[in-house]
Amino acid sequence: MSNRFLVATRKGLFTFERTGGGAQPWQITHTDFFGDNVSMVLHDARHGHIHAALDHGHFGVKMHRADEATRTWEELAAPAYPPRPEGLEENDMWGRPLPWSTVRVWALETGGHDAPGTLWCGTIPGGLFKSEDSGATWRIVESLWHHPDRPKWMAGGADLPALHAILVDPRKSATVRVGVSTGGMWQTDDGGQSWRVRGTGLRAEYVPPEHTHHPMFQDIHALAQCPGEPDRLWIQHHNGIFHSEDGGETWREITDVSVSTFGFAVKVHPRDGKTAWFVPAIKDEKRVPADGRFVVTRTRDGGKSFETLSQGLPQQHAYDLVYRHALDIDETGNRLVMGSTTGGVWVSEDGGDTWCEAAGRLPPVYCVRFMAS
Amino acid sequence: MPRVVFAPALQRHVSLPPSVVDGATVRDVLEAALDGNARARRYILDDQSALRKHMLIFVDGARVADRRTLSDPVHPTSEIYVLQSLSGG
Repeated sequence: MSNRFLVATRKGLFTFERTGGGAQPWQITHTDFFGDNVSMVLHDARHGHIHAALDHGHFGVKMHRADEATRTWEELAAPAYPPRPEGLEENDMWGRPLPWSTVRVWALETGGHDAPGTLWCGTIPGGLFKSEDSGATWRIVESLWHHPDRPKWMAGGADLPALHAILVDPRKSATVRVGVSTGGMWQTDDGGQSWRVRGTGLRAEYVPPEHTHHPMFQDIHALAQCPGEPDRLWIQHHNGIFHSEDGGETWREITDVSVSTFGFAVKVHPRDGKTAWFVPAIKDEKRVPADGRFVVTRTRDGGKSFETLSQGLPQQHAYDLVYRHALDIDETGNRLVMGSTTGGVWVSEDGGDTWCEAAGRLPPVYCVRFMAS
Repeated sequence: MPRVVFAPALQRHVSLPPSVVDGATVRDVLEAALDGNARARRYILDDQSALRKHMLIFVDGARVADRRTLSDPVHPTSEIYVLQSLSGG
């Protein structure tokens, strides 16, 4: 059971700990990078490291790492794109030169217990990076960056293609799935030497009909894989919710969901792959909770039915949106935490049945992460 | 020799005192001023060694035109200011 979590926000990194019972069991115990834009955070329990990605705007993306015990931060190298080949002209979907430069760190994951120094990092404009020395150095995964289909990726959640989801398979860490907005789900089974796009059954309603079911035109908002049942995966997609029972080869669209199938975040239970949580919103131009009621939806039967969970969440004039990395679940499957665009942080200790507000006025939340014990 | 001055806003992240370095172009003097300070270099230049989108360089009061290769000429008495812009970021 995790008694600590990290919250990365537009104005700093906050650490919460469960300090006791009562009405406010969760308290902020550390504030790091106060005032700075922290786009991503990762706790690497294998080494006791905390990694934070900062976006300094004018001065670019920076990576910092701390030992969790001392909280002494050190700036390390940030993922850097290789030199653009002389004469190469590559434009984004708006006709502007595509920057071969890290614009944002939007995914950061550990590489598995059999690869203790390995980290994976996803970025805008679409590059995937790998570190084998706990973030001291990074190199781009050239096999994906130079894949002939990569230049066809389009903007989705940002003006440029974004690789924002990384799943390292719990059975074999050489199998990695990544989600691209928009570029679909790509998978390697050889540690990143080769890649293929997967996604039979996914559906994109925002492209011409001939591309509707093309795996590469899918705008994946978030990916989740059940550690205990790794063939069960979930996608929160731009226009729906999809579930796979065969490791992501084929997907079934789930349409009969109360409130909405639109949202950004999805988390799956650590042992029961049929149980997953979503945070719905009105699709897709408005992107706020329906009727100002902030709720979570949960399925326990693989998407056949959903419950709407609202106890402890604001039910009037709530305009909180939970971004794709701002929902997390601990290793027990009982504790969940989420943070919103309007600075609310809520924790559930009973699988989402009830929620407790841990903070009400933080800066906009980009990422929450339980710290494994 | 040309003198390079870095914006105060940079100093919160990296120490960059004014420096007097040799060079005939903005690239020359900037690389000389940042020599041995790879961390500071990444705050000013992007992955392709071009000037970051929201950074500006002035040479003797004139904004440099070539942001990619930094080929604008400098003179032995030039004052070069490396600043952050007021846009974006």
